[in-house]
Amino acid sequence: MVIIILAAAGPLLVMVVYSFLTPGDYGNVKWQFSLDGWTSTLVQRDIFDDTLMWADANLSIFWRSFSLSMITTVLTLIFGVPTAWFIATQPPGKREFWLFLMTVPFWTNLLVRTIAIQELIRSEGVINLILLKLHIIDAPIQMMFTNFAITFGMTYVFLPLMVLPIYAAVDKLDFRLVEAAHDLYAGRWTAFRRVILPLIKPGIIAGSILVFIPSLGAYVTPRVLGGGKNLMFGNLIDLQFGAGRNWPLGAALSLMLMAATIIALMWYVRITSKEQADG
Amino acid sequence: MAEPSATSPRARRQRGYSVRTLPGFGLIAILTFVTIYAPIMILVTFSFNEGTSMAQWQGFSLHWYREAAANEIVKDAALRSLILATIAATIATVVATMAALATTRTRKFTGQTMIYTLINQPLMVPEIVTAVALLIVFAWIKVQTGYSGMIYLIAAHTAFCIPFAYLPIRARLETMDTSFEAAAKDLYASRWMTFRRITLPLMWPGIVAGLMLAFVISLDDVVITEFVKSAGQDTLPTYMLGQLRRTVTPEVNAISTVILIAGVILVSLFFRLTNQQD
Repeated sequence: MVIIILAAAGPLLVMVVYSFLTPGDYGNVKWQFSLDGWTSTLVQRDIFDDTLMWADANLSIFWRSFSLSMITTVLTLIFGVPTAWFIATQPPGKREFWLFLMTVPFWTNLLVRTIAIQELIRSEGVINLILLKLHIIDAPIQMMFTNFAITFGMTYVFLPLMVLPIYAAVDKLDFRLVEAAHDLYAGRWTAFRRVILPLIKPGIIAGSILVFIPSLGAYVTPRVLGGGKNLMFGNLIDLQFGAGRNWPLGAALSLMLMAATIIALMWYVRITSKEQADG
Repeated sequence: MAEPSATSPRARRQRGYSVRTLPGFGLIAILTFVTIYAPIMILVTFSFNEGTSMAQWQGFSLHWYREAAANEIVKDAALRSLILATIAATIATVVATMAALATTRTRKFTGQTMIYTLINQPLMVPEIVTAVALLIVFAWIKVQTGYSGMIYLIAAHTAFCIPFAYLPIRARLETMDTSFEAAAKDLYASRWMTFRRITLPLMWPGIVAGLMLAFVISLDDVVITEFVKSAGQDTLPTYMLGQLRRTVTPEVNAISTVILIAGVILVSLFFRLTNQQD
């Protein structure tokens, strides 16, 4: 138990300490107190006249991480809800099979799945090949190393995280309530919006959190599909520990990412406990 | 009596209306499944391509598998991956078994929720954060001791495998009938005897499932390994990540396919094990 506590809490405490130190010349740190790690997450000092200005590069990466994670969450919702519904409404014997089919990609290597997406969308990839063969396009579309590629890849790899909790919610759904809605002359859409959606809401919220958090901290998918220009939060942290040689900034950024994660989790806990209190 | 109008519930039911179907949902679901498996299928298919070009199918061949198998770096990385996953999964399973016993077979104690949170912590913190935190700590230890062997990787892998081993073992313990253990105690079996003869055999499927899951997780990890490893300590996934910076060769596809198949087999076995009734 002591090992677990040490392994879990120790490194995070060290990170807090490191975020307040001065960067060393070749990576690592000098033991000298400094707030630069934290301030340089948001502002940067101009090398010529020492004036402070917003760190545009970092801010644009924060914004990209947040917006792409949001889009990913929405996309996984659009595809996840029908898929979860489909699995849950299958006859019991077949349900196991579909569920298994959904779980397999979840446990298969993230890198392998990302490479699979790369094969699909790169310039000589399958999509471009088909479009060229059909004479829809004359030159391959550049899809790799774009925000589209990252979003597509993240939606692909995180989809099971959305489907599984929604499946659990639909599975518990009392279909008599839906029948009652129909008997009261609700159309399919009204019944879905007014009866089904509120009842499976806990699953939807759980799925959204489960997709949003790893998207925000995604590292492998943006690195492979986004390339050097389209960084996300995780790649920015990597950069500070690697080529940037600014460990305090990297530590500060990591703590910021963790704070964002904790806020999302707390929001989730609050919503679900309120949900339970409401009955 | 008037004919039921087209929108009345009775009319709808007569048309074979089911509340369980929603328009378009089945279609989107099938589309989703196709989309999930299509890229993987393409990857697997092209790993058997004779030529170097991805764009052209030049006939079936195991060329790239032979190439990968002959590559010393790949062999080295594959062996390291296997050793690492075996050791890490084993230690993680032992720790997880103890943790699961401690959290299900003892009376409730204060701080129990905190223990759960700590055990599952690697599941909640973004992987990149754990990775750099370990990088910092290990870099410091490396400077102090000068040691840069495999122990760092083993420790890191063990730590993030624990929750994955813990979950199935705990699930098993919770659904197990405690009356056998109670009976053993009534028959004057010592605590150790009860554990060895009753609890352990009963929880065995959970332990094996936990071990397999931990093994898969360790085998698949990229991010933490990438940050913790010292020079020349590539595992298969980090080797592939490095290769992706250059042009993709079908060799990477071949390695991917092997990892994929190994993963699918292990996960299928895991499902068999956890779903079996007794």
